[in-house]
Amino acid sequence: MSIILNKVNYVYSAGTAYEIQALKNVNLKIEDGEFIGVIGHTGSGKSTLIQHLNGLMRATSGGIYYNGEDIYDKDYDMRGLRSKVGLVFQYPEHQLFETTIFDDVCFGPLNQGLSKKEAGVRAFEALNCVGLSEELYYQSPFDLSGGQKRRVAIAGVLAMKPEMIILDEPTAGLDPKGRDEILDQIAKMHKERGITVVLVSHSMEDVAKYVGRIIVMNQGEVMFDDTPNGVFRHYRELEAVGLAAPAVTYLLHELSERGLPVGTEATTVETAKKEILKMLASLEKR
Amino acid sequence: MGIIKARKLVHEYIRRDEEGNVESIQTALDRVDLDVKAGEFIAILGHNGSGKSTLAKHINAILEPGEGSLWVDGYDVSDDANIWNVRQSAGMVFQNPDNQIIASVVEEDVGFGPENIGVPTDEIWQRVEDSLRAVGMLKYRTHSPNKLSGGQKQRVAIAGVMAMQPKCIVLDEPTAMLDPNGRKEVLKAVHKLNKEKGVTILLITHYMEEVVDADKVYVMDKGRVVMQGTPREIFSKVDELKSYRLDVPQITLLAHELRREGLAIPEGVLTRAELMEAIERICQSY
Repeated sequence: MSIILNKVNYVYSAGTAYEIQALKNVNLKIEDGEFIGVIGHTGSGKSTLIQHLNGLMRATSGGIYYNGEDIYDKDYDMRGLRSKVGLVFQYPEHQLFETTIFDDVCFGPLNQGLSKKEAGVRAFEALNCVGLSEELYYQSPFDLSGGQKRRVAIAGVLAMKPEMIILDEPTAGLDPKGRDEILDQIAKMHKERGITVVLVSHSMEDVAKYVGRIIVMNQGEVMFDDTPNGVFRHYRELEAVGLAAPAVTYLLHELSERGLPVGTEATTVETAKKEILKMLASLEKR
Repeated sequence: MGIIKARKLVHEYIRRDEEGNVESIQTALDRVDLDVKAGEFIAILGHNGSGKSTLAKHINAILEPGEGSLWVDGYDVSDDANIWNVRQSAGMVFQNPDNQIIASVVEEDVGFGPENIGVPTDEIWQRVEDSLRAVGMLKYRTHSPNKLSGGQKQRVAIAGVMAMQPKCIVLDEPTAMLDPNGRKEVLKAVHKLNKEKGVTILLITHYMEEVVDADKVYVMDKGRVVMQGTPREIFSKVDELKSYRLDVPQITLLAHELRREGLAIPEGVLTRAELMEAIERICQSY
């Protein structure tokens, strides 16, 4: 089970003066159950890329295979693909519209053709999964805080039981606690349900903390595709394309440049702390 | 008197039903006192719904105080006769750059404000040029705004406010929608305006890293100012900040964690250089 992108190209406004190639020869394989971060500056092709994954955008050339099937085959069930690959857009709370939270989350499953009862069960599970307390279920979604609204919107996609969920900057505009809550919830979902998660983010610190693999997009191409440590090792190249490594990674590099025997791979506060303590312990022994 | 002064400022959002009876009252600002001196760089932190944006809207006379008083540049905002003076003294920049740009050419967008208040044409051009230069966007003056990146658009929005020659600019989460590079560009432009042109800045943000260089930080919770001080004073209280759903910069957190492990590192470390110095000192003592 996987998604394979084979030599995918996408050109906006082909044949006009505004022609822009948004994806250039992208080759990727996303395995079942991965937790992937996609980073890149504005206009690097991130959003174009993720919209290809559930067939919202059609590649100008190249192929995409979901579980071995060509999604551009004329007999392929594209509708089915969209319920298998759930996409949560930026500011998804702007898409809430129902009178109660519960009804809003039921909308997707009902559209998939499930009975009211089945949709209700799905909604219940999904809301539970995003950690929204039950007394809120029958309130208007518009009375919630920003972070809560966003969880309802994510629940709306989860209720369709996707095998893979793609989130485009799910924490933009949230306060620090709200950011942690949403990401912890997503990480839990990934762990417990084994769902594949693709997280698009501008926060290098968040990406470093949560994901197992990072895809760096630059000018429509995959620039790096590696573990967080492997990607942030290239902090100088990342800077050149408008990105950066987490602050702690810089600190470790600077310490190492001053001749201190410290490992420079760490990308989170937790692992950086370990490296520094390890270094001090080794100095103490001498 | 400082440029912004609030005394026991109260704002309530009152919800009424169809007959006009009061359904609920939400106190968004609860007896806020604020003193900002001309030329200061002030940062305001607080979780979603803590009252930051409501406060910002008072400074620009978009909202009117329920109780208490607010003076902007000596003008009492409760007096309707002062509204235009207040708005000219305090410009405002919002989160989404796309909502603030109206013209189809950058320089026309920046010139819109001064044109509206009847500034002579020659002076409009002078102001447009000065403002665009101040935010580093002069070479894009004849470009179309919708071809710019988020950070560039936001800087055009700031130039538009600058062209009105305000004494004070209130920025309400200006970087929430930007990538790391865009964030850096906008912050740099804002600091430059503060230093070189002496414009008073009120920056509302959820990114703790952006606060480090401010003169003073206010922390809001439930409509009240609950903490105030220099960034160092504020960020040395890691646990208190977390209780308000906030965070500290990654470097500050790492320093805090290392200190907990018993290392001789001061509280409230703000920059990589400071932490590096502290760690080097420890290494030398071995």
